[in-house]
Amino acid sequence: MSYAGNQPPPIFRRGPAPLVRLFLLVSLCLAMLVADLRFRYLEVLRQGLSVVTYPLQMAASAPVDFLRNASRYFATLIEVQVDNARLRGQQLEVGERLLRFELLEQENARLRELLGMAERLQVKTLAAEILYNVPDPFSSKVILDRGARHGVEPGLVVLDAKGVIGQITRVYPVQSEVTLLSDRNQAVAVVVERSGVRGVLFGTGRGGLEMRFLLADADVQPGDRILTSGLDGVLVPGLPVATVSEVDREGEAFARILCEPLGGVETSLQVLVIGREQAGPPLPGPGDQVAPPPPAPPKGRR
Amino acid sequence: MQPTNRSNRLLLPVKTWFIHLSLVIALALEYVPTGRLPGVPDWVALVLAYWCIREPLRIGMGAGFLFGLLVDIGLGAAMGQHALAYVVLAWLANGAARRVLWFPPWQQAVQVLPMLLGAQAIMMAVRLIAGGEFPGWSYFLSSFTAVALWPVLNFLLLLPQYQPVDRDDNRPI
Repeated sequence: MSYAGNQPPPIFRRGPAPLVRLFLLVSLCLAMLVADLRFRYLEVLRQGLSVVTYPLQMAASAPVDFLRNASRYFATLIEVQVDNARLRGQQLEVGERLLRFELLEQENARLRELLGMAERLQVKTLAAEILYNVPDPFSSKVILDRGARHGVEPGLVVLDAKGVIGQITRVYPVQSEVTLLSDRNQAVAVVVERSGVRGVLFGTGRGGLEMRFLLADADVQPGDRILTSGLDGVLVPGLPVATVSEVDREGEAFARILCEPLGGVETSLQVLVIGREQAGPPLPGPGDQVAPPPPAPPKGRR
Repeated sequence: MQPTNRSNRLLLPVKTWFIHLSLVIALALEYVPTGRLPGVPDWVALVLAYWCIREPLRIGMGAGFLFGLLVDIGLGAAMGQHALAYVVLAWLANGAARRVLWFPPWQQAVQVLPMLLGAQAIMMAVRLIAGGEFPGWSYFLSSFTAVALWPVLNFLLLLPQYQPVDRDDNRPI
């Protein structure tokens, strides 16, 4: 008994046979999967079709939003007072550091001017809130409540009070999608604070981070803080990302460096979106060389 | 048509707008953001399997492909992931339609379970090959909850077909 069922006799032709249709549609789906996952060609199609699904998505998320707002509205007075007192205390501590920071910034600008260095990076910030996890269980992404209408662009870094939690990968009109640091396809250009070693931090899924492709004798110790280096030209440099939790140098060419994120990657709710005001200077091309390279010495020279 | 091929109660024919409406409502339920809660059934897969079994000539792989694409876009998954799974699900359900309808609803549910599990396995295989993270074995729990809802779904989606064409005041139904 075939699982696919018995087909009617050929006098009842109803278009191509089911197996043919299955083959065609499966090939089409596989082609779309490759185009989307590997080459990312289908973003335009996705944005176009999301216009169709948008009203249904808004209608479907309305009850969840309502429940969340309602639970917040009914928070008890005592909770609010305790939160308030704690935040005022934090504000006092942070305010004092902020005053010193402004003095340092002015001093830094004057010194840079004296030395003829370029100005420090200008950043623009935007406060946002994480609404919910993206339901796709194969990736770690969350949805923010700020979108293209509020000035969000793809590539901006998202952080909470303690550190970076992810990067914006897809922007919709009123929402945007953030890929968390621990997503398996996410990588951040970083630098170790203490020793200045530059590297790339990859996500390993389920809240873990790993710094890959550093040689086994790299100067990294457990407990080192890791900051963004900004060398990818996209992220703002100097933001705290993670601390090194374990360094494994046994016998292989590369060290295995496992890290714990500083920001609440799985738990934060209120976040800040930070981006550069202007893009950095363009990379020099091969035609920009000033002097031609010296001729190579002929072979066989002593 | 009859509720199952063994019953002797006749039903009215299905209205096409009702099929499309039920699929759109399933799509809306699918879009409700439940996050990573394990065991939330895949509504579109369930309703698609139901109609592919009951109306194999009307709902088939084309509808599976279209609704799979819409689910992919709404859930932020890879384009074609759900489409591939739903096309295969529709093919299996269409093929099994003549056999499955001879059984009572809860036995139909047992026969639909491997189809839904197969659809989920296809999605997992595709994403794992492409480098996604393994979501844990609780990912397959949603097929079991979907199949547990099959008898309820059978009753609800068959309701519009139970009414007679002519109303007789001397007869309750």
